Amino acid sequence: MSPAARRWAFLIAGSGLVAFYLWGLTGLPGFGDYPGPYGTIINQVAVTQTKATAVVSAINFEYRGIDTVGEEFILFAAAAGMSVVLRKLREERETEPADEADSRTVPPSSSAVRVAALLMVGPTAVLGWWLASHAQASPSGGFQGGVILASALLLIYLAGEFLSFRRLSPDALLDAVEAVGAGGFAAIGLAAIVMNLPYLYNYLPLGTIPGAVSSSGTIALISFFVGIEVAAAFTAIVGELLDQTLLRSA
Amino acid sequence: MGIFPFLVVAWVVVAGLYGIVTSRDLIHQIVCLIVVQSSTYVLLLGVGYVTGGAAPYFFDIPLHTKAVDPVVQALALTDVVVEAAVTALLLSFAIQAQKRFGTLDPTELAEFKG
Amino acid sequence: MTGVLAAGTPAAVPPALMDTVQVTVLILVAAGATAVVLTRQPVRQAIVLSAYGLLLALLFMVFQAPDVTLSELTVGAVALPILLLLVLAKVRKREE
Repeated sequence: MSPAARRWAFLIAGSGLVAFYLWGLTGLPGFGDYPGPYGTIINQVAVTQTKATAVVSAINFEYRGIDTVGEEFILFAAAAGMSVVLRKLREERETEPADEADSRTVPPSSSAVRVAALLMVGPTAVLGWWLASHAQASPSGGFQGGVILASALLLIYLAGEFLSFRRLSPDALLDAVEAVGAGGFAAIGLAAIVMNLPYLYNYLPLGTIPGAVSSSGTIALISFFVGIEVAAAFTAIVGELLDQTLLRSA
Repeated sequence: MGIFPFLVVAWVVVAGLYGIVTSRDLIHQIVCLIVVQSSTYVLLLGVGYVTGGAAPYFFDIPLHTKAVDPVVQALALTDVVVEAAVTALLLSFAIQAQKRFGTLDPTELAEFKG
Repeated sequence: MTGVLAAGTPAAVPPALMDTVQVTVLILVAAGATAVVLTRQPVRQAIVLSAYGLLLALLFMVFQAPDVTLSELTVGAVALPILLLLVLAKVRKREE
């Protein structure tokens, strides 16, 4: 199809889509007039029921925990799928980066970049760990903390220390951590079944102070497992892509 | 401000789709897909907004303050992180396509059969 | 993140100001999306995507969703452009 024909087809189809969308919009209440009961009900009961002051994390890991199990396994499958898709083809072989660059040298990263990146690795890792373990108190949680932990490892690569990055994140360790994270989440739910409760029921003691680190039962524990799983998945994804730059076709 | 956020959502979807349809590079197409996905986050949060509502975190505000809907925020939150991983998988498909067919142009890729 | 003053709740912000801020950021997001789509070079698009992620994070903050802001900041402004640039490095090397 020629580009002009493609544009005309898009114009026709796009206007049909927009027409349907605008027709659907006429049935919605305006922006800000929230009619539905669920939001108001959950805001009123969540803190007393789960002793967690962050209602969004309580929904993610307690009220709708089964959805989060699914999302976490999507992440797991994406990381595993990448290592399958990016397997070595028959005619490719691994080369050292120094072998390829015999006529030109890799420009050394500036000292300012190295120092700044390496200085930020520590605080970033602490921030990520703190976020992953405080899901019930403030805007934080496993998913955000995990990505920040992965970016702390990535800072090592960005500082120019690619080999240290690979040494700190060997594939076996990443796979093990990912498995512990994903399996731990599922296992916490299964433990509830063993105790004759529904799957992912909150069976740990709920604590008395809403929002303290030790309160809210399984929410904090699940958030921690999700955090390490997300961190390992993202580091594995970046590691796969970095490995790709070393492969050359024969 | 009756339905203005939802009109912005429609604009972003149409812009992203236009980018996908008229693209000449697989990676440009994948980034336009990211743009289309981001419009759904704006739609979710727009549907759940309450005028004059606070963020649904009650560690520093009294318990029965009017707050926005937390359910759609929970959906959007996991959505953002999972989308990045799925985009990474799509990008690895683009890498393999370039390895096998030598081109990243979707119009040329469409001509290969089998 | 902890110890935020209760005076920061929107009850203390006049609704007209809130409306203006939200409309402004929405227009910026629409412009940002158009800019990302119209940038044809993938390397430049990665940088524009990072700026768009920042604009989106601002929008989510104005919509009273700090958790989604955190996620969008780390993912959309950091992780996605890094993934894109790594893939582009791999693809460009093959074209040489």
